Amino acid sequence: MATGKIRVALVGNPNSGKTSLFNQLTGLNQKVGNFPGVTVDKKTGSCTLPDGHQLEILDLPGSYSIYAKSKDEQVVTDILTNPDDAHYPDILVVIADASNLKRNLLLLSQMIDLGLPVVLALNMMDLAERMGKKIDAAILEKEFGVPVVTINARKGEGINDLKTILAQPVATRERPFLDVTELAGPKYAPRINQGPEPQYLRLHQLLKSGDVSAEEARSIQTRDTTLRYGKINKIVARAEQPTSRKGLKLYTDKIDAILTHRLWGYLIFIFIMFLIFQAIFSWASWPMDLIDSYVSRFSGWLGDTLPAGVLTDLLKDGIVPGVGGVLIFVPQIAILFAFIAILEETGYMARVVFLMDKIMRKVGLNGKSVVPLISGMACAIPAIMATRTIENWKERLITIFVTPLISCSARLPVYTILIALVIPEKTVLGFLNLQGLVLLGLYLLGFAAALLSAWLLSRFVHSGQRSFLIMELPTYKQPRWSNVGYTIIEKVKTFVFEAGKIIVAISIVLWVLASYGPADMQHAEEAVRQELAGTNYSEREFNDRLASYKLEHSYAAVVGKIIEPVIRPLGFDWKMGIALVTSFAAREVFVGTMATLYSIQSGADDQATIKDRMQQEINPETGQPVFTLAVGLSLMIYYVFAMQCMSTLAIVYRETKGWKWPVIITLYMTSLAYLASLVVYHVLR
Amino acid sequence: MLFIISLNKLSQTKTVAQLKPGETGKVCCFKDEHLALKLLDMGCLPGTRVALKFVAPLGDPICISIDNGYSLSLRKAEAATISLVEE
Repeated sequence: MATGKIRVALVGNPNSGKTSLFNQLTGLNQKVGNFPGVTVDKKTGSCTLPDGHQLEILDLPGSYSIYAKSKDEQVVTDILTNPDDAHYPDILVVIADASNLKRNLLLLSQMIDLGLPVVLALNMMDLAERMGKKIDAAILEKEFGVPVVTINARKGEGINDLKTILAQPVATRERPFLDVTELAGPKYAPRINQGPEPQYLRLHQLLKSGDVSAEEARSIQTRDTTLRYGKINKIVARAEQPTSRKGLKLYTDKIDAILTHRLWGYLIFIFIMFLIFQAIFSWASWPMDLIDSYVSRFSGWLGDTLPAGVLTDLLKDGIVPGVGGVLIFVPQIAILFAFIAILEETGYMARVVFLMDKIMRKVGLNGKSVVPLISGMACAIPAIMATRTIENWKERLITIFVTPLISCSARLPVYTILIALVIPEKTVLGFLNLQGLVLLGLYLLGFAAALLSAWLLSRFVHSGQRSFLIMELPTYKQPRWSNVGYTIIEKVKTFVFEAGKIIVAISIVLWVLASYGPADMQHAEEAVRQELAGTNYSEREFNDRLASYKLEHSYAAVVGKIIEPVIRPLGFDWKMGIALVTSFAAREVFVGTMATLYSIQSGADDQATIKDRMQQEINPETGQPVFTLAVGLSLMIYYVFAMQCMSTLAIVYRETKGWKWPVIITLYMTSLAYLASLVVYHVLR
Repeated sequence: MLFIISLNKLSQTKTVAQLKPGETGKVCCFKDEHLALKLLDMGCLPGTRVALKFVAPLGDPICISIDNGYSLSLRKAEAATISLVEE
């Protein structure tokens, strides 16, 4: 206790109200990070006791047992079985769902035997009572030998009682709850009984040492758990008294009868997914436009205020738009996570998994992959962040891998302009708009590619973890709005600070590429004046032509020309090459780059103008228009498949903890895009 | 002859996957060691009473209640590893 703070860890079954308790104790004093080496969220916070003492609270991942079955549970086991661990707590608060007592007490009994000072926070007593069970906390306190506080984490009741207990030193139980001396057999008994540490801690260190065979370990675990449940059943039989009320379970069953119904279940699910999609797609556009206009106004203001120079240019054209490019995703992330938090809080998320598991399993995914895939239609970034709910690493990785193939909202402006350019506006089959049909086709193509890739990848990626479903379907509850709020804040913070760093760095690189070139840009103005000499040009035309000249002579253009031989077979020229390079900042930049290249009046995002200019562009070799049907469709197909979003790469890097997967995804998607465009171009040419 | 009958009997042991909605059974034993460990943690042990609550619209997964307490969902293949006591 070098810091003088008492370190308290919260542990409990999933759905036991642990998050609510953590939020009640810490309020906004929370920090989210990662446990070293794993992608498991680590939430810490501080709490001040009435006597002025400070508690440092660590929220451990939800666990059913000390015998870890998932990455999340492994973190809990690793910390609590190693007193030298940096996160090893001074006091452990076990939170238990009173309506599900036996299963929750299993974890309690294991925690007690690890030799830590334990406090039991008995949550959801009201729920238990409505389910027809009255629980005598005094019996639990006596039998388990630990302080018991009844709390209502959702309403904040009993939190002060818990704080009062935490202010005093908590004693550890003297004798273990279960004697495990003989559990591992005579061969290992000496190793368990040696030394002053608790037997159970030694047993788990023995299991971790690898000296025990897998079969022995299974047998130890089976007997340990069975014996514990035997004792717990006897205690609960005395502590739990039946009451006459039996309303709540029926209520959850009635909702389930509708939400998992063969017709209504899917209709409601589709409706909710549509609502989420609609919200991210259209509700978010208003705040996004607002952020966009403020960022561009701010960078304009910087340009007017600061002395002209390279640093000002870097600030107003590189850094500020880079930061803006991060902030612009905040509304979508906030909205998506508000929905996800509500779905999780109410208990509906588990039903989504239940409804979709069979379908998703066929392509190597999990029922939980559905929400990220649907969210991917708005933006891959929050979608990939949402894959954290998938416990199985292989299934989570595949979901992350295929999500960028779903056509996101940033591709829409690219699709729109290219469709308007090369697809005639006519009606087919009497009522279908051909342009709309092509747009729908592009979305379906992305979706099909995602599912096929998932199926393909599931044959190549192997993990020791077996895929199983075995999952609790929690009772339906009203969402706690404060919990929803905390989730939004946490996710937005994570995105802005973690992915933001990489995005801003790459923006600066792209800015350098687009604003500097091998040629002397100082003479740009002169060159443009010469070029325009004789015509009666306005200041605005001059500036547009200047921007276009600079871009044509920039390093981005050099890159465009270098890659031209590579993209030539797809029907692309070096100007489209520039757009492919700058699109890496974000796909919709394609439109802006095209506007600059064809020197369309700055500021006017008028798609009709861009379209007209692009239509007039003539290929100097053939004398034909550049944007033929073949070129247009080839470009569209390229945008469906290609990985052209540094923000997505930044988030994949963050979520997979390394550059391996971002690189593989980029290679895979780019090859797919290249091959598909090649085929399309040569078939149509 | 006796041996064959008992083998026949063994293969006919009812599993959780064969329960019909509303039907209950008592867990006897597990056929898959790995899943057994997870099920034990979840409070599904030999002797526990389970009931089939409902089945997903596509026939898989299923939802059972454990000890008349909470609802557990599991895939049909997983449910088939839980044998029931003959009653």
